[in-house]
Amino acid sequence: MMISNDQVKHIAKLARLELTEKETQKMQQDMSVILDYFDLLKKAKKPAGIKKIKPLPIEKATRKDKAQKSNIEGDLVAAAPDSKDGFFKVKAIL
Amino acid sequence: MADLTVLTIKELHEGFKKKQFTSMEVTKAYLDAIEKKDSKIGAYLSVDNEGAMEQAMAADKIMATQKDFPALCGVPCSIKDAILVKGQKATSASKILENYEASYDATVIARLKKQNAVILGKTNLDEFAMGASTENSAYKVTKNPHDVSRVAGGSSGGSAASVAANMAAYSLGSDTGGSIRLPASYCGVVGLKPTYGAVSRSGLIALASSLDQIGPFAKTVEDAQMVFEVISGKDPLDATSVEITNDKPQITNLKGLKIGIPKEYFAKGLDKEVEVIIKNAIQKAKDAGAKIIPISLPSVAYAVACYYITLASEASANLARFDGIRYGLSVQGKTLLDTYQKSRGAGFGAEPKRRIMLGTYSLSSGYYDAYYKKAQQVRELIKQDFTNAFKKVDVIFSPVSPYPAFKVGEKAQDPLAMYLVDIYTVSVNLAGLPGISLPAGTVGKLPVGLQIIANHFQESELLSIAGAMENMLQ
Repeated sequence: MMISNDQVKHIAKLARLELTEKETQKMQQDMSVILDYFDLLKKAKKPAGIKKIKPLPIEKATRKDKAQKSNIEGDLVAAAPDSKDGFFKVKAIL
Repeated sequence: MADLTVLTIKELHEGFKKKQFTSMEVTKAYLDAIEKKDSKIGAYLSVDNEGAMEQAMAADKIMATQKDFPALCGVPCSIKDAILVKGQKATSASKILENYEASYDATVIARLKKQNAVILGKTNLDEFAMGASTENSAYKVTKNPHDVSRVAGGSSGGSAASVAANMAAYSLGSDTGGSIRLPASYCGVVGLKPTYGAVSRSGLIALASSLDQIGPFAKTVEDAQMVFEVISGKDPLDATSVEITNDKPQITNLKGLKIGIPKEYFAKGLDKEVEVIIKNAIQKAKDAGAKIIPISLPSVAYAVACYYITLASEASANLARFDGIRYGLSVQGKTLLDTYQKSRGAGFGAEPKRRIMLGTYSLSSGYYDAYYKKAQQVRELIKQDFTNAFKKVDVIFSPVSPYPAFKVGEKAQDPLAMYLVDIYTVSVNLAGLPGISLPAGTVGKLPVGLQIIANHFQESELLSIAGAMENMLQ
């Protein structure tokens, strides 16, 4: 399946990824070849009797929703490129 | 003193008990070996000389005062750079995490530290574990210790090479589609990919969460088992982890064992010399009394396509966290959106970009049904193939890779060719099964691994069969 340069640019936007012109062209070629290969799945039969997709037979085992002290908040925020008063600093959104 | 770096974990433990040498002596021997050899091989991204010697000193204190101490106490290891070690850099071989230092220990690391293990350093990988050769690292290519013109395999190539070149007694890697078994095969060491859920992934930089598993590289099956026993088990920090209850008896010989041979894994594309080595291993099992049963896994023809759609989709979500705000590299733009796009554009290498794009596409409106949903249906078919196979057989034998280690650069420009290296390994991850790569022979000087696949949570059975095979293949 050929995908166009414009499609590549659109997907890159959805993926929040800046691509150079050169990267966009290479991406268009690579993705076309790989998506062609993915078309192999069209030949696969539909599994019988499958209503829901369960990737693996493992039960959900989440923890109790209880706050715990971790003492690493400071380290986590310090690892960020920019922070202020113990918060991640970002540009204005609106 | 004899070369301490050739000893197994078991031998080191015995030596410590008999006071033949100290952990500081062993650790020093390993650090010297890294200093001497690693410039040619490139297994390590960072080496923690000071920290390792401190850990060794602490281990020596324990071993001097206690009669019984843990199996991994004082034994030096290496860790794939996608696994967090507190205070150490964790780059996942990406420029986007070049200056990122881990704020906490991964659960597997906490478990090693509880045993007073010695962590020598962090090993190279394909960027974010995306690759089959370790050529996709943003920092360097890890060479195969048996032939430096060839790749070590990937993505945990640094881990495999560090053990193969006696620059670590064992290593931890991660396997999403073959990333432990493939480099283990290419480098001639034992590599175990445990059952999905057997080992906590807390503190592993996530690639594809329905597939990722941490596991050991070691010189012997027994060593791999010792490490596996320490790192496995339930962890409240990973909801997919479970306690393994395994009451099947240990297998001491192969008599009556039913070994399945999938015909699809011995078809076109398999190198003749690799085929001879694997068939020789099967013959040895047969001579030891195992029943060899031909089986079919009809849907594995779709495995690589199914795997790469699933992986890319999950990776595109997992890698969304690298946005220039919370970790590592940040390239400021005019708006927040600009900052995201520029940071990700500058920080990710070609392969992560490709997979983020493929994943975003597979999950996007209008294409979801044809790609992601279809892949999940096919995944179900592949799982059913293995469920049916394990009704007839105890374990499955196959090659790990269609060919031995390829030349550096041979596949680097062709992403699809690189994806197809994983042809015999990805199905195991899609089905969540445990698999091991065991050295079975060599083509010239290049090692070839035998893959043994068992049913869910049958690591104990898998390891004892691998142990029996190891004795026969030596």
